[in-house]
Amino acid sequence: MKVKLVKLAHARSGDKGDTANIGLIALRDDIYPILVREVTAERVKQHFKGICLGDVERFELPNLGALNFLLHESLGGGGTLSLMTDAQGKTFSTALLRMEIDVPDDLSME
Amino acid sequence: MKQKIRIAAGQGFWGDLPDAPVRQVEGGPIDYLMLDYLAEVTMSIMQKQKARDPSAGYARDFVPLMRRILPTCVERGIKVTANAGGVNVRGCANAVIDVARELGLAGKVRIAIVTGDDIMSRIDELLERGIELRNMDTGEPLATVRDRIQSANAYLGAWPLVEALNTGAQIVITGRATDTGLTLAPMIHEFGWAADDWNRLAAGTIAGHIIECGAQASGGNCQFEWRSIPNLADVGFPIAEASPDGTFVITKHERTGGWVVIPGIKEQLVYEMGDPREYITPDCVADFTTIRLEYEGRDRVRCFGIEGRPATEFLKVSISYSAGFKAVGTLVYSWPDAYDKAQAADRILRGRLDRLGLKFDQVLTEFVGASATHGPLAGPPPADIPEVQLRIGVRGQDRGAVERFTKEIAPLILTGPPAVTGFAGGRPKVEEIVAYWPALIPKEEITTSVEVLDA
Repeated sequence: MKVKLVKLAHARSGDKGDTANIGLIALRDDIYPILVREVTAERVKQHFKGICLGDVERFELPNLGALNFLLHESLGGGGTLSLMTDAQGKTFSTALLRMEIDVPDDLSME
Repeated sequence: MKQKIRIAAGQGFWGDLPDAPVRQVEGGPIDYLMLDYLAEVTMSIMQKQKARDPSAGYARDFVPLMRRILPTCVERGIKVTANAGGVNVRGCANAVIDVARELGLAGKVRIAIVTGDDIMSRIDELLERGIELRNMDTGEPLATVRDRIQSANAYLGAWPLVEALNTGAQIVITGRATDTGLTLAPMIHEFGWAADDWNRLAAGTIAGHIIECGAQASGGNCQFEWRSIPNLADVGFPIAEASPDGTFVITKHERTGGWVVIPGIKEQLVYEMGDPREYITPDCVADFTTIRLEYEGRDRVRCFGIEGRPATEFLKVSISYSAGFKAVGTLVYSWPDAYDKAQAADRILRGRLDRLGLKFDQVLTEFVGASATHGPLAGPPPADIPEVQLRIGVRGQDRGAVERFTKEIAPLILTGPPAVTGFAGGRPKVEEIVAYWPALIPKEEITTSVEVLDA
């Protein structure tokens, strides 16, 4: 079945220059491997089409059940140069949580 | 040796809740209060203030804060680490000394200042010697912006602060120092950690990372079950309770709001993260993939297992430079057809800017209420959307052109689509853009010094 990430994870995002970072954290241990499988750098790049103009890098933190994404060239120049409302990428976290991924049909959604 | 020290975060950024540090000092037992005042662009503002007034150039808020908390700090032996000194560390210390004397604390307060971070006057000499200070992100040489530089500071790590604490100082004031160093230094000072004890240095660094954004570690901006977070009106700021073995507990004062929970700590751990195996500070390289978390009671999260690796040979340098001008204007359009009207107004405004022949590096339009935060991911707004804010910004090198842009916003009220409001603030302000140039400098180029000043 297809489920939105907002049901499976929480997240926090921030900035480093023109790069936005999104930490995506599984709500339960059994969800983390699904995130690793489904939420690839390529899918995130595709999801943020028109927003992220550079590469997307992904890092794994199995100890926290978390993935960290770097979205390069995403903040209109970044810092004080950016004209964006969200020049610091604070809401990129929830933008990622809009993504829909495939999960096993028997995954508990409690 | 103490078996436990409690280091309290008083500010998440310069401008955070003014009473937070006071509540950290008065709300329960702490040994240290750490205060981070310096964002990347703060130094350039302080350089300008100092150019106008040689006694200025530091975080002025720090002085009235010390007036409020110094008597309690002296009575309870609470020490303060703060990068409040900006580009005038001595001026900041002198102002605090004046306060201490006025409070009748002469002879009771020792302040140590750490200097050596400011390399503004050394830029040409460094460039001549082949230290290029290339932009870490773009690789460009500093020569590109040499004539527009407004400030240049190396990020100092924990060790100069340790030296300052070792003098017996109660208050340590620095210029540009890492926020993690403000937390790590008390641990090194109290527990006698060695300079190559990379695991413990990494642990103290990560403790610093967790508490340096203030209440973001204790319930603020927490997505996890945000509706359930108790009493944020009275949020308690985080405290790192550190042990000599490098483990620590994140907690907060009793009878305060917010919460310290594992999902919240995880959110803060990934905040502004790059490669989690390589969190580079002047003091060590911390590996975030080694962190273990467990509950040790209500509002107490224990962090352990942390590993680190040797520090690099470089310090990061933060250089600010003037990069043009910008202005942002907004107008609010109401139902019916709010989104269409806002879009039409944008087209009209852009047409007028074109006809005026104004040149900008960038013109950005956003529709707040429809797509300003999530862009195309938000999908089309509902046809009956009650209101949309048109937000249009320009950026360029010509101040005059940006100035002219600011005069084109209000006229849209009488010369554009109907049912528009929201112009109470007047003409948008033209802002000078001070941009940030990150670079690296070999550590041996930076000599720090510590000086003791007694009140």
